[in-house]
Amino acid sequence: MKLFEYRGKELFQKYDIAVPKGKLVNNEKDLSGLMFPFILKAQIPIGGRGKAGGIKSAENLKDAKEKISQIMGMDIKGFTVRKVLAEEKVDIKKELYLSITLDRTKRMPLIMISGAGGMDIESVPDEKIFKEWVNPLIGIQSFNIRNVISRLKPEKEEGKEIAKVISKIYKMFREYDCELVEINPLIIQSGGSVMALDSKVVINDDAMYRHPDIVPEHVELTPLEKDAKEKGIAFIQLDGNIGVIANGAGLTMATLDALTNYSGKGGVFLDLGGTDDPEKVKQAFELMKKAKPKVIFLNLFGGITKCDTVAKGVKAVISKEGIDCPVITRIKGMNEDIAKDILKDAGLITATTLQDAAQKSSDMARGA
Amino acid sequence: MSIFVDEKNKVVVQGATGHQGVFHIGEMKNFGTKVVAGVTPGKGGQDVKGVPIFNNVFDAVDETGANTSLILVPARFAKDAVFEALDAGIKTIVTITENIPFHDAMEFVHYSKYKGAVLIGPNCPGIASPGKTKIGILPGTIFKEGNVGVASRSGTLTYEIVNSLKEKGIGQSTCVGLGGDPIIGTTFIDALDAFEKDKDTKAVVLVGEIGGTAEEDAADHIIEHIRKPVFAFIAGRTAPPGKRMGHAGAIIARGKGTAESKIKAFEKANVEIAKFPTDIADLVESSI
Repeated sequence: MKLFEYRGKELFQKYDIAVPKGKLVNNEKDLSGLMFPFILKAQIPIGGRGKAGGIKSAENLKDAKEKISQIMGMDIKGFTVRKVLAEEKVDIKKELYLSITLDRTKRMPLIMISGAGGMDIESVPDEKIFKEWVNPLIGIQSFNIRNVISRLKPEKEEGKEIAKVISKIYKMFREYDCELVEINPLIIQSGGSVMALDSKVVINDDAMYRHPDIVPEHVELTPLEKDAKEKGIAFIQLDGNIGVIANGAGLTMATLDALTNYSGKGGVFLDLGGTDDPEKVKQAFELMKKAKPKVIFLNLFGGITKCDTVAKGVKAVISKEGIDCPVITRIKGMNEDIAKDILKDAGLITATTLQDAAQKSSDMARGA
Repeated sequence: MSIFVDEKNKVVVQGATGHQGVFHIGEMKNFGTKVVAGVTPGKGGQDVKGVPIFNNVFDAVDETGANTSLILVPARFAKDAVFEALDAGIKTIVTITENIPFHDAMEFVHYSKYKGAVLIGPNCPGIASPGKTKIGILPGTIFKEGNVGVASRSGTLTYEIVNSLKEKGIGQSTCVGLGGDPIIGTTFIDALDAFEKDKDTKAVVLVGEIGGTAEEDAADHIIEHIRKPVFAFIAGRTAPPGKRMGHAGAIIARGKGTAESKIKAFEKANVEIAKFPTDIADLVESSI
C-alpha cells in the first residue's frame, strides 16, 4: 500500500527523521501556527504532481487561500486531490536522493544514495547512484553504511548525519514491512542538519495485518474494485469491453493477451484463483455483470478448481438474474464434459480452443 | 532422470490436518509420492489417510526419515514453519503458501541457502517428476513421463501448457512451479542449470510473466550456459504496467520487466516464443 506523503512523514517523525514543520489544511484558517512563506502540496499516491501544478508556494494568507482552493479538487493523472499539505519553506544547501527497496534478483534489501537529489531519479546515470545490499539475516551493519557513504564523499559532519538517517530508515523499512522507503530530496541545510522534504513509502500488502496503526486508503481502486477486494476477488478494470474470467493470474493475463490477436480488448481482469466454492464463483460473476462488459469470456483450466464447480456458480447467477450480454466459454481440464453440459444448458456459447474463443469474443465485442 | 525431486523424496506435510492438507495428502499418495508424515502442532498422534501426524518436524524426521517438506500452513506461520524444517535437517522444501510477507520470504530464502537446502516457492503449485513423485497441489492427471523440462512462474497456465504437451504425446522429466512472488527460492536459472545437467531432459519450456527481471536474467544465462533447446511463453503482453515500486523499482529494472523486454531478451538467446500458451506443444513437437 502506498502511503500519502504526509503519512510517510508521520512515520519518519516516529523514527526521529526530521521533516519540515507542516500540517494538512482545508482552508486558510488551518494555517495558523505556520510561518510564511510555505509550500502547498497536493496529496496523491502518484508522482509528477509538481509538473501538473499540484505544488505551489504561498507568500501570504490571501495567496494561500487562493492556491488551496486551486489545488483542492484538482485532477492529477486520474486522482482527485482531497488533501493538501502545507509546509514551511526551509533553506537548502544540498539535495540528495536516498532509498531502500527490494532487489528481487539478489533477494536482498538495496540501499541507494545519490548526490543528484531532487530531480527525476530515473534520469540520473547509474554511475551517480551508489548501491549497497544488506543481508536480511544479519540486518544492516556499520560497514554497509560506511561503504555507501564513502562513495558519496560528503563532508565529514554531513556524513555522520546521513549515516544516522540511513540506519533509521532501514529500521523503518524492516519494522513496517516496507517495499520502498524513498526520500527525494533528502536535504542538507547550511547548519549541517539533514531533513526529508518528501516521502514515498510503500508497505507490503501481505504484511498489513502486522500494522494495525496503518489505516488502509484504497484510493487507487474503482468502486467495483473496492467491492471485489473486500470479497477477496482479484478484479481489475481495464479500458476494453470484454470481461475476462479465468482461474490463476497467469492464465487470466494470457487470456487477455489472446484477445489482442483478434483485435479484442479486455475490459475486466477477473482471476477466480484456486477456489472450489460455488458461492465465490457466484459473487465473482455478479461483479462481472455489474462492470457491464459487451461480452464475457470465461476461460477455465480445471485442476484443483473443478470445471463443473465454476459452471454451477455461473449457471446459478444466470438462471436467477438473467444475463444481457453474450458469454463465451472455453473449458478444459477436470470434469470439463460435465461443465460444458451445464453451461450449454444455461444458454452459453462453448468454444473448443482458446483461439476460437478469443476470436468469437473479439468479433462479438466489435458487433461483427 | 529428473531434477530436484524423484522417488527418493520422503515427504512431511506441514499443515497436514487442514482441508488442503488432507485433500493433497490423498492426491499425492495417489500419484505415488512417498508421504511419510504430517505435522500440526498439538495434533500429534492422529493420522490423515494413513499418514502419522507429529507435533513438530524434528519428531517427524526422527521417526520417519523424512527429507522433504511441503509447506501448506497459513501465511503468518510460514516463516516459522520453513525455519523449523531447515533446523530439523530437511534439505528440500516446497512452499505452497501465498501472501507471505516478502520480508519473511527474504529471511527464509537466505537461511535455506545458508543451510544448503533447495527451497521451491513460495506462492507456487509445487513440483512433479512424472512417474516418480509429485510434491504440491498440481493436478495429477496432466502429466506424462518424458523428456521435456518445464519451469514456470505461473500456476494454472502451467497446467494448461503441460496438459497440451501431454495431448501431443510429449512427456515431461520434471515440471517445477517456481512461484509468482517477487522473492522466490529457486529461479529460472537454477532450473535451467539442473535441466542442462539432466541426461533425460531434451528440451526446456519456460513460462514467464511480466514484472521483475527473471526472464531477462534467464535469457542472459541461456546464451552463456545452456545448450539444450528452450521454448517460452510470456503472459501479460497486454496487461497495464504492473506494480511499480516507485522510482527505485524502475532504477533496478532500467527498462526491463515488460513483456517486450522479455521477448526481446529471449529472442536474442534463440529461445522460441509461443503466441498462445497451447502453441508451445507445437513448437516443441516440431523440434524433437
